[in-house]
Amino acid sequence: MNWISNYVRPTINSLFSRREVPENLWTKCDECGTMLFHRELHDAQNVCTNCNHHMAITPRERFTAMFDGGIFTEVPVASPLADPLHFRDQKKYPDRMKAAQKKTAETDAMLVAEGEIFRTPIIAAAQDFSFMGGSMGMYVGNAIVAAATRAVELGRPLVLFSAAGGARMQEGILSLMQMPRTTVAVEMLREANLPYIVVLTHPTTGGVTASYAMLGDVQIAEPNALIGFAGARVIEQTIGEKLPEGFQRSEYLLEHGMLDRVTHRKDLKEELVTIIRMMMHLPPPIAGDLPAPAETPAEAPATPAQSAPKPKAEAKPKAAPKGKKK
Amino acid sequence: MTNYLDFEKPLADIEGKAEELRAMARANSEMDIEAEAKALDAKSAALLQELYSSLTPWRKCQVARHPARPHCLDYIDALFTEFTPLAGDRNFADDHAVIGGMARLNDQPVVVIGHEKGNDTASRLKRNFGMARPEGYRKAVRLMDLADRFKLPVVSLVDTAGAYPGIGAEERGQSEAIARSTQKCLQIGVPLVSVIIGEGGSGGAVAFASANRLIMLEHSIYSVISPEGCASILWKDSDKMREAAEALRLTAQDLKSLGVCDQIVAEPIGGAQRHQKDVIEAVGRAIARNLAEMKKHTPEDLRKQRREKFLSIGSKGLAA
Repeated sequence: MNWISNYVRPTINSLFSRREVPENLWTKCDECGTMLFHRELHDAQNVCTNCNHHMAITPRERFTAMFDGGIFTEVPVASPLADPLHFRDQKKYPDRMKAAQKKTAETDAMLVAEGEIFRTPIIAAAQDFSFMGGSMGMYVGNAIVAAATRAVELGRPLVLFSAAGGARMQEGILSLMQMPRTTVAVEMLREANLPYIVVLTHPTTGGVTASYAMLGDVQIAEPNALIGFAGARVIEQTIGEKLPEGFQRSEYLLEHGMLDRVTHRKDLKEELVTIIRMMMHLPPPIAGDLPAPAETPAEAPATPAQSAPKPKAEAKPKAAPKGKKK
Repeated sequence: MTNYLDFEKPLADIEGKAEELRAMARANSEMDIEAEAKALDAKSAALLQELYSSLTPWRKCQVARHPARPHCLDYIDALFTEFTPLAGDRNFADDHAVIGGMARLNDQPVVVIGHEKGNDTASRLKRNFGMARPEGYRKAVRLMDLADRFKLPVVSLVDTAGAYPGIGAEERGQSEAIARSTQKCLQIGVPLVSVIIGEGGSGGAVAFASANRLIMLEHSIYSVISPEGCASILWKDSDKMREAAEALRLTAQDLKSLGVCDQIVAEPIGGAQRHQKDVIEAVGRAIARNLAEMKKHTPEDLRKQRREKFLSIGSKGLAA
């Protein structure tokens, strides 16, 4: 019985005790190693409170933090053909898709929403790096076209957060064709004279940078994001020398004139609204905490008969997210 | 001297033998080898036909990259008159990987832009093997602007492994330059006809090929990534390029089914590298025909047509 008491039992115990430790409450910063409590990290929008390292943030988390009262409505995106090339590498493409959908609980690598930031109506699109490396395929192309179409329809600016390794190889030429396709979307905004602001986040490379992510009227990047066309390894192999310090990082691009600004995630909302309101000839935004916007924008000036019977609704701002699926 | 590809080795053996026989006969006038040499010729012709009638996607990549294939300058020299190269991006440099200028095609003035790979060591180095830097794309943007202002149709000849991956290229905004060139392709109010004459490598090709009409040579390719690159990422083994080439569906034939390519120009048996003149002439006819078809289109029509074409791509897939 010795091996049972000496080996099996401790092993079982350790399995159970390990499970009891709430591991997911703490996240280790991959830059400085500081253990960050989940609440603290959530409040900081996934930025390390010790070293300011900007970790990945999902589109849904970003939108919840950015839109007034965390309220946004998803803009529907047309679903493309599934696996048009019947692509198969070591795995089948549909299997890779299913795994990514299960992991992220999202349809594909981009989320489009409409809502208000400091009471300024905008359309926002954000790329999801956790979904197959954010790769640009037909869905992402459709999402950008949908975002631009909706922006033109409502006369709103488009703010796009990019994050992708590049085009989705499993869609072959059809992923490459998203470069001209998304450029058509940018052209739609341009013709309607609507601001198109790109926020480049870590990492944005390949065909994504060589199309919609570099065509913004204003180009902002989060600190220390990797931004470039060719991968560092490819460049090193081609030229046979080491790359300079900070190469292809936000600050390096800013230094080389490729960006307008590098902005901390916590300051983004304010900066976006400041820029947008100037571009749209609107008065400066009202600073400070605002109640969540009403379901329908109040039509000025309301008649006494209309406004009188609703005292409760005004006293308590609605906080229930209406656009959230999960 | 013929430059044989690896899969053409059996052909090289036969043609080598025939050549040897004829050399012997030249040295010794009493030898009668003509019948035997002719038999070998027939054998090699049959083999060539067989090899080229069913090229695998990877073999097509090899043919598309063949060093003896006609390159951009060969087409310009043969098809255009009064070619006047225009240089520089007015910012930093003139990129020799991109050739551009005004010329006449059957007397009609046009702007022609293309990637040039070079034909020997010196010219290949000068042309950076057809891999453009940001200056090349910015030169193209400048030339397309000029074409737009003076109502000159644009012809682009695409032949590149991709945009050049280098420190300077990145620092000077390679991605922005490509994006702007693609954008310019979509903005101009003049017809844009693009021909992929060899390799259409990723974003570096899109920057010139976002056209009203995309023509591809029979054995040319157009792909989001090179088969080698795709193999090393998805198969973790760059030797799996055959499988990757297969999976990527990068041949002119597949791209036509997908609605990406509008027209395929046939290559004679043995590929463009064996029949330069014929292929160049066929390409010239295809360009002229497409330009003629668009002659009456208004700038708005041309822009709209380009837009609709790209928005609708992806609506049809390939059969399993």
